[in-house]
Amino acid sequence: MYSEATRPILSCAAMTCEMDSVSGPLQILQDINFTLAPRRALGIVGESGAGKSMLVKAIMGIAPKGLKTMGRIELEGQDLLALKPRDRARLIGRKVGIVFQNPMTSLNPFVQIGRQIEEAGCIHMGLSKAEARSRAIELLSFVGLPDPEDCYDYYPHQFSGGMKQRIMIAAALICQPDLLIADEATTALDVTVQKEVLDLLQTIQAERQMSMILVSHNLGVVAGRTDEILVLYGGNVVEYGPTAEVFRNPRHRYTEALLSAMPAMDQPAHTRLRTIPGQPPNLANRPAGCPFAPRCPSAQAICHEVMPPMSAGIHPDHRFACHFPLAELPRPAQQEVAHVQ
Amino acid sequence: MSSDAILEVQNLSVSFTRAGKEMKAVDDVSFTVGAGETLGLVGESGSGKTTIGRALLRLLPSANTTAKGSVRYKGQDLITLPSEDMRRMRDRLQMIFQDPLSSFNPRRNVEDIVAEGLVIQGKPASERKTRVQSALADVGFDIDLVAGRKPHQFSGGQCQRIAIARSLAVEPELIVCDEPVASLDVSVQAQVINLLQDIRENRNLALIFISHDLAVVKNVSDRVAVLYMGRIVEIGTGPQIYTRPAHPYTRTLLEAVPVVDATRKIEPDGKRTVMPSRNRPQGGCAFRSRCPRATDICAQVVPTLQPAPGGQMVACHHPHDEPAPGMAA
Ligand SMILES: Nc1ncnc2c1ncn2[C@@H]1O[C@H](COP(=O)(O)OP(=O)(O)OP(=O)(O)O)[C@@H](O)[C@H]1O
Ligand SMILES: Nc1ncnc2c1ncn2[C@@H]1O[C@H](COP(=O)(O)OP(=O)(O)O)[C@@H](O)[C@H]1O
Ligand code: SF4
Ligand code: SF4
Ligand SMILES: [Mg+2]
Ligand SMILES: [Mg+2]
Repeated sequence: MYSEATRPILSCAAMTCEMDSVSGPLQILQDINFTLAPRRALGIVGESGAGKSMLVKAIMGIAPKGLKTMGRIELEGQDLLALKPRDRARLIGRKVGIVFQNPMTSLNPFVQIGRQIEEAGCIHMGLSKAEARSRAIELLSFVGLPDPEDCYDYYPHQFSGGMKQRIMIAAALICQPDLLIADEATTALDVTVQKEVLDLLQTIQAERQMSMILVSHNLGVVAGRTDEILVLYGGNVVEYGPTAEVFRNPRHRYTEALLSAMPAMDQPAHTRLRTIPGQPPNLANRPAGCPFAPRCPSAQAICHEVMPPMSAGIHPDHRFACHFPLAELPRPAQQEVAHVQ
Repeated sequence: MSSDAILEVQNLSVSFTRAGKEMKAVDDVSFTVGAGETLGLVGESGSGKTTIGRALLRLLPSANTTAKGSVRYKGQDLITLPSEDMRRMRDRLQMIFQDPLSSFNPRRNVEDIVAEGLVIQGKPASERKTRVQSALADVGFDIDLVAGRKPHQFSGGQCQRIAIARSLAVEPELIVCDEPVASLDVSVQAQVINLLQDIRENRNLALIFISHDLAVVKNVSDRVAVLYMGRIVEIGTGPQIYTRPAHPYTRTLLEAVPVVDATRKIEPDGKRTVMPSRNRPQGGCAFRSRCPRATDICAQVVPTLQPAPGGQMVACHHPHDEPAPGMAA
């Protein structure tokens, strides 16, 4: 049993999501397991179609119609899948705030942004109009918008992409959530604006003592900003562990391939990049064994036949599903994690 | 450098008229590109990168646009070239776009899409066939395996490779690549970057590579130009720009790059400042409302490009001289 202080804010156990299709049920997510402790930040990474957004939506209960979610999802100890849809929506509305990639699709173009921020506060927190208004203005200034009282009356098109993302963050905070989820919240932004928004998210997370899930296809976005990281490939968790550990010493062959495919700032010009041959798995026709086997240069016969189980190395929290993992590197003598800025 | 430059851009300005108001998207920009050289063009969205690329190839909407200055390709001024001659120029100058799918006719077969430029050139069918075949081979496709397929049957990365093949088929000397990998996944991005590098080497092709990803630009470029609000604020070789950036805006850009290094835990300084304004201040340096080094002179005098200690050119009254923290050559 967990005490109040250490009980996970969110946990998924043996979570599988299925969707019907013409060729039979598709498993979009398979056997997902993780726990997120209070005040911690989790990064979820993977390439397009890996299942990042579906995972978030399945947790939030906003997945597309026809998606069946099995297993167990607990939010602050409550089994979400056992709740009636209405109760679940209310609980999520109060406890979880979410920011999506595209503010244009989540903000209503015809409604003043102040009203949009208030809405959830009135519904889930029973705030009065006046209370909600003053909290909305407070939040607008909290996320760094100039002249928050004027901003309240503006419509979405009157803001830049970075400002709209800040407005979305303000809206996600109105119910004082315990968990903030950002799904590719900075992907469409310029690097400088991206940094401002990520810094803001991190500062708010620390100040409000929230937990956070940062979803991104960009490994650089989660690298210095999360405590744990979950690597998805074809709907499976292939690696999960402390972020610094996973980046220092990736054990799964896919994680390593992904990291070395990225151009790095410390390489000279015209350095040849490593590529990953082949295509991500077709969910309608999953390989029997490791989902990465058809593309993995280290695959052996067993990889094509047997799904590798999650196992751990010396670091018990660092887990990976690979029959022939990369070698465990000795820990650097200097164990201190350097802090920048 | 300018002696073997194939492209010389001088004092290029582009204005758009919107709702009766004139807006300067590109302001007095000059640069050169040598044969086989890659020039990276970086800057935030709206800084004028695409507009420069389109201006070079005369692909801007003529209705509301004025372009001034000169764009010389091997001595010929493209801005004043009659449109008939400009069309022939497209044999040598090509452009590929961020979203390749939108530039394809969805009902056409791959081989017809790749042959489009050759048809415009009036090349005979037999020559078209061999050129299409070799262009597709250059981007890693076997014509017998892909012939007859339509664009929607290809993935994003494959479509970008088809767009590259279409440009290559006319055997150009320079390609403007506008954010060619921005919409691609990391693994596909690596394929397309390697491909462009191979072609550049094999064909001595010059590239103008537009991107907001500074790590990608560092990998592909020999020289880099940094744009801010339509002006080049710094231009130099890759090592000059990345190890000893002189302009405060270049440093802001570099510091914002998300680095894949989890041993460096990022701690935001906790100060939650109001968003810096991205509007152009009147007069003086356009960056001054965001610049930590701004002084009185910055509000009065527009800085022009001057040699910086590192050897590059920088438009700033108070350029940095010290190496960038944590950057290797
Ligand atoms: N409405 C839907 N109906 C059927 N399948 C879907 C639906 N939405 C997503 N999928 C499938 O579920 C899988 C996971 O999709 P998801 O959107 O979670 O990917 P993602 O990792 O968020 O990718 P991206 O980086 O592109 O956002 C994909 O195979 C996708 O095609
Ligand atoms: N056809 C056009 N008509 C009017 N304004 C335009 C047009 N094309 C671009 N602009 C404006 O010119 C500026 C520069 O745009 P662009 O070159 O597309 O920037 P970038 O490619 O660096 O993001 C922007 O303010 C943009 O809104
Ligand atoms: S299990 Fe086998 S195929 Fe899968 S990543 Fe590991 S070595 Fe490669
Ligand atoms: S000229 Fe002045 S305001 Fe402009 S970048 Fe240089 S120091 Fe900053
Ligand atoms: Mg997604
Ligand atoms: Mg552009």
